[in-house]
Amino acid sequence: MKNYWWKFLGAALLIYSVVFGFLGEVPRREILNETIRMTYFHVPMWFSMMAMMISSLVYSIKYLNGGKIQDDIYASQFAVVSIWLGVLGFLTGMLWGKYTWGDPLPKDPKLIAVEIGLLIYSAYFILRSSFDDEQKKGRLSAIYNIFAFASFMPLVWILPRLTDSLHPGNGGNPAFGSDMDASMRMVFYPAVLGWIIIGTWMATLGIRMKLISEKING
Amino acid sequence: MKEIKSLIWKDIKLELRQQHNINTMILFMVATIFLCYFSFLNVNSLEPITWNTLFWIIMLFSAINTASNSFIKENSGRYLYYYQLAKPTSIILAKISFNFILLLSLSLVGFGIYQMFLGSYVQDYALYFLALVLGTFGLSSSLTLIAGIASKTSNSSGIMAVLSMPILLPLIGMLIKLSKNAMDGLDVSASYDEIMTIFGIDLIVLALSYLLFPYLWKS
Repeated sequence: MKNYWWKFLGAALLIYSVVFGFLGEVPRREILNETIRMTYFHVPMWFSMMAMMISSLVYSIKYLNGGKIQDDIYASQFAVVSIWLGVLGFLTGMLWGKYTWGDPLPKDPKLIAVEIGLLIYSAYFILRSSFDDEQKKGRLSAIYNIFAFASFMPLVWILPRLTDSLHPGNGGNPAFGSDMDASMRMVFYPAVLGWIIIGTWMATLGIRMKLISEKING
Repeated sequence: MKEIKSLIWKDIKLELRQQHNINTMILFMVATIFLCYFSFLNVNSLEPITWNTLFWIIMLFSAINTASNSFIKENSGRYLYYYQLAKPTSIILAKISFNFILLLSLSLVGFGIYQMFLGSYVQDYALYFLALVLGTFGLSSSLTLIAGIASKTSNSSGIMAVLSMPILLPLIGMLIKLSKNAMDGLDVSASYDEIMTIFGIDLIVLALSYLLFPYLWKS
């Protein structure tokens, strides 16, 4: 109980955010209307994806410094979860975009950024699958992970210069959070936290499986 | 510094001795440009934006093609020898400088041929050349590291394209914007922002290659 209390916390937070996400009061906004509830399900995906990407980066740096296979497994499993969260965020965003902007895939810098991010992480897994030697695989994919992350980050401040964004907070739209009132925040922040915890949980399950199969095969 | 210089000089000599390599790259570029010329045969004049984008896409593919050779043209025993002789940081800096020289000359030749076949739309040549210099610098510094990663795999040319393209997208986007400004003949002060951003990306990529290459070299 001592060690896995946070899993209960994550599950409780998600149940809370789903229940209150559908039943709670939301402010009436033009165009958005009821679709504003999507904030609880779409935005946390990005927060948790970024959290997983950063964890993956940290373990890649650790691997390059220490050379422990364990760190490489951590880095790759966090990357797996971040891809899943990215795909989910992409799909929920398409759904939301279809009803508020009238187009599931508008030319929007944030969409382009996530498409590039998914491409980068897919390339990361292709690179991983092309090695047999564990040490070599770990080192080269860690190098690529760091390199890719550091060139992915500038995108966030480059792309808005190339095109205008439909997302709040860019290109003349109201800043992030201004559409939310206090009662929405009460659901939104727990949802973000809950998804980060669930993402970590998913990653740790993958890590444990990998470590066990490592033990059996090695 | 002396180490880097002699390594660059070695690469240049090697390139001049194996002329088929450089000829392959030039012919690849010419063939691609001719392919574009042929495909747009029935179009009287290209949209300037299409002209520009097409040029950078050709540049990107030629650069990927060129840089993917940088760690596989000598045999692996020779690299073991360099490994004992030189510091990894000077090897990556030498490789990047050599690729920069190679890509820059290639892009100048390509730009000339491209203009010959598909017409010229550029008003401010100085700015366009600045875009070429900054662009080839960014391309060579990121592609050299990726070529190093890809050279360790069995399917290096395929992996090379997959790994480098998503990473180069922001750079290419900014370059297209900057060179578009040069084509429209806008004042340099209007593109100041783009120049600084591209320069920033170049520096980040160079610093990362410098930091990460020693780990790559170990294997």
